[in-house]
Amino acid sequence: MNIDWELLRSSFWPIVQGGLTGTIPLSLASFAIGLVLALLLALMRISGNRILAGAARAYISVIRGTPLLVQLFVIFYGLPSIGVVLEPWPSAIIAFSMNVGGYAAEVIRAAILSVPKGQWEAGHTIGMARTTTLRRIVLPQAARVSVPPLSNTFISLVKDTSLASLILVTEAFRVAQEIAAFSQEFLLLYMEAAVVYWVFCLVLSAGQTRLEKRLDRYVAH
Amino acid sequence: MSPTEVPPAASASGVPADPVLSVEGLRKSFGGNQVLTSIDLSVQTGGVLALIGPSGSGKTTVLRCLNGLEIPDGGRVAFAGGPAVDFGSPVGRKQISELRDRSAMVFQHYNLFPHMTVLQNIIEGPVQVQKRPRAEAVPEAMSLLERVGLTGKEDQYPHQLSGGQQQRVGIVRALALKPSLLLFDEPTSALDPELVGDVLHVIKELADEGWTMALVTHELAFAREVASEVVFMDGGVVVERGHPDQVLREPQEERTRQFVHRLLNPF
Repeated sequence: MNIDWELLRSSFWPIVQGGLTGTIPLSLASFAIGLVLALLLALMRISGNRILAGAARAYISVIRGTPLLVQLFVIFYGLPSIGVVLEPWPSAIIAFSMNVGGYAAEVIRAAILSVPKGQWEAGHTIGMARTTTLRRIVLPQAARVSVPPLSNTFISLVKDTSLASLILVTEAFRVAQEIAAFSQEFLLLYMEAAVVYWVFCLVLSAGQTRLEKRLDRYVAH
Repeated sequence: MSPTEVPPAASASGVPADPVLSVEGLRKSFGGNQVLTSIDLSVQTGGVLALIGPSGSGKTTVLRCLNGLEIPDGGRVAFAGGPAVDFGSPVGRKQISELRDRSAMVFQHYNLFPHMTVLQNIIEGPVQVQKRPRAEAVPEAMSLLERVGLTGKEDQYPHQLSGGQQQRVGIVRALALKPSLLLFDEPTSALDPELVGDVLHVIKELADEGWTMALVTHELAFAREVASEVVFMDGGVVVERGHPDQVLREPQEERTRQFVHRLLNPF
């Protein structure tokens, strides 16, 4: 088999650019919004209020029980039937944020519950209200516990954003698809796109390791 | 205070002249399990109340009720100068928080904040809750650390300290709140035997300085040394109370006698 080196070289930068202007910003925005949503859902789950907890549980169940691609299509192709027309980018950010929210909520909930009860009590006994104890004592400790699983969620998200190509968002995979359709070099372009995703994820994993080290400074080894 | 000086609070009348804290008819059950049945207590200013008794007797629960970590089912907890909380009717968060403001707890397992340095642990309450200026809280924390022999440890994290050191930080964290009442929940039970002495020494010094405290302990010799009143609990009721010399050396009740005997002669 002949490798078209010239095509490989000339397509590399456009794909990376698609990653830098599509994949990465889409991932970052969705993850940030998703985390806020996840924290909210986690707090609803542990609030002790049955209605709030039930609503959060139902949301998480729906998000985790349906394919991300279907969620994406419902928002972009489905909602216009009831008059809600969204551009590709907002649709993608909404879908991915909602999805991250559902998955990360359980991670955060478990992390909060993993903080010993004695920490809550110590907070209360120095006079802190529940919310202050949560913010100053419990969440910082929960954050450390949740970094590894949340990093996994983020790395999955980076790869999942390739689905946004199906709702016309220009990101790394869509760029590769367009060049492949034009040049008919499918294997080459898709392998190239795969390598670009892989490199992105390697960088993210390195970042995760550094963050874990930083957060681990107060833990016995 | 030497054991021969009998404080007036421990007299048979039972009602001290000047109680910082008085507790009447405290009741608590978990599920169907009645843990406390009508407990009456009082602690006078500068007094040291030692709660002793077998495990499951409810002594720790009493302490936790005083600090609002457990909400009693009934009874009244009153501090001199307020608040006085009657648990017979539903109690709001504000009342619990007022109750907490008067006392500070030292836990069996220290419960220091692992993500904060020693200094941060100590000033968290004064700065974040009591809204006192950092510039005031930090020097205070440093001098408290010096008093318990932990100078130079302020920037360490709890996991870098021994159990005895951690518990002394726990005590300083409580002191920094300037409570009217210090609560100690088996402060040396989680410590290696050779570390117990340091912690007990600090508590004894605080008692000598006139801090008012209530302490749950299995260290009978220590209770005899520092307490102004010993309360023996069993099965959620107060079985016997009085001056430590009396309760620990010449207990009147059979249950007290057996308990003290068992603790002093474990084999």
